[in-house]
Amino acid sequence: MLRKLSFVLAACGIAIGGAAITANAVAQEGTRISDEPALFQAFGEKAGLARIMDDFMVNLLADPRTRTFFEKADQKRIKEQLVDQFCYILNGPCEYKGAKMKPMHSELGITRENFNALVEQLQFAMDKNNVPFRAQNKLLAVLAPMHRDIVTK
Amino acid sequence: MKPNVQPRRLRTLLAGGIAGSLLMAGSAFADSGLSTSGKLLLTGGVTNIEGSAGGGLTPWAVIGGYGTEGQVGGNAFYTNVHATDYTLRTGGALVGLFDRVELSFAQQKFDTRDVGTALGLGQGFTFTQKVYGAKVKLLGDAVLEQDSALPQIAIGFQQKENDRGALLNALGIKHDKGTDYYVSATKLFLGQSILLNGTVRFTKANQTGILGFGTATKDKYQAMAEGSIAWLLRKDLAIGAEFRQKPNNFAFKEDNWYDVFIAYAPTKNVSVTLAYVDLGNIVIKDKQRGAYLSLQVGF
Repeated sequence: MLRKLSFVLAACGIAIGGAAITANAVAQEGTRISDEPALFQAFGEKAGLARIMDDFMVNLLADPRTRTFFEKADQKRIKEQLVDQFCYILNGPCEYKGAKMKPMHSELGITRENFNALVEQLQFAMDKNNVPFRAQNKLLAVLAPMHRDIVTK
Repeated sequence: MKPNVQPRRLRTLLAGGIAGSLLMAGSAFADSGLSTSGKLLLTGGVTNIEGSAGGGLTPWAVIGGYGTEGQVGGNAFYTNVHATDYTLRTGGALVGLFDRVELSFAQQKFDTRDVGTALGLGQGFTFTQKVYGAKVKLLGDAVLEQDSALPQIAIGFQQKENDRGALLNALGIKHDKGTDYYVSATKLFLGQSILLNGTVRFTKANQTGILGFGTATKDKYQAMAEGSIAWLLRKDLAIGAEFRQKPNNFAFKEDNWYDVFIAYAPTKNVSVTLAYVDLGNIVIKDKQRGAYLSLQVGF
């Protein structure tokens, strides 16, 4: 049984390796996750997202890898936009009306390191607000591909 | 076994020294303005028994260490596999360059314990194998490309040198040196918190090279399938299972390997992996099962 299962696992892994499927053309402002009804609640709905963004911004300003991109920016507005964007992705009652990801980030010279640091700080903020790990990953799975529009250096 | 005490202590000291130097190297890079540790926790994998970044039994397509683009990373590891009748002790280190290239070295000591006496080789007869590895990431990104089914794909080799050539020849084994080539595909399915890896290894090795490479009658490369599945429970904690198909060139039966593992990374500098391994038959002993414990330090 274990042997059979292992063969299947190996075969799955290799099948994935063989299938060179190109990236979907997904709107880079984030796809809505419509098949997870409890997800928005797991983040504490809009009020919970606002608390997470407050902590997130504190973290971003404290981290030397992300500080420079936020210290001179309109932090209140960024937080509001992120609440709307995440609320929209999590299938909450919001529309994202903020700027497009690509033009907004094109001049910033953001590296992969900066991007990953931001993800780390978001994880810390979600941890602090008791968002379950699996729910965090659902959101991060939608945000992660945005590196293509955000990381330019 | 008094004479053993000194070298063992020396090894422990050495290992501590390497670990310390690695951590210092990490902070030195940081001080020099060259940043380090830009990868997310556990996304560099742990270290396989042959020194490559991956799971415990099989290499993955990830580049070891926490260096992302424009950064270097590195780590050192020590792994002890205590099976029913044999012990495998492995130590080594790797560097990851720019999340593109990985260079690794490992030294394996396969201790036959009482089996050594039974085979007339002497109590605790030990095979030592050095493994020099290199890996290149070809394409994809296992972690960030979450809207694509394309995994991260890497190719690599592990060049192995066994120190018991004369004995292996006497047993009808063709070579005391050999090179495994592999291609690995790794993908994190973040929405499901699952990581999958598949590896195909081209090898002539008997028991991964611990018993040399090829035999007088069978001396051809064979493609072997390896796989890992990991379920992320927290960002610092994963459990999973692995499988490694093995050739069967030798007069003594050789079985496929399996493990179930738990890996914990309290910080980016340290990870501990504990596994239960099933190595099957090794030479004259069936059902070689036991504990696998691995410690990794790095940046």
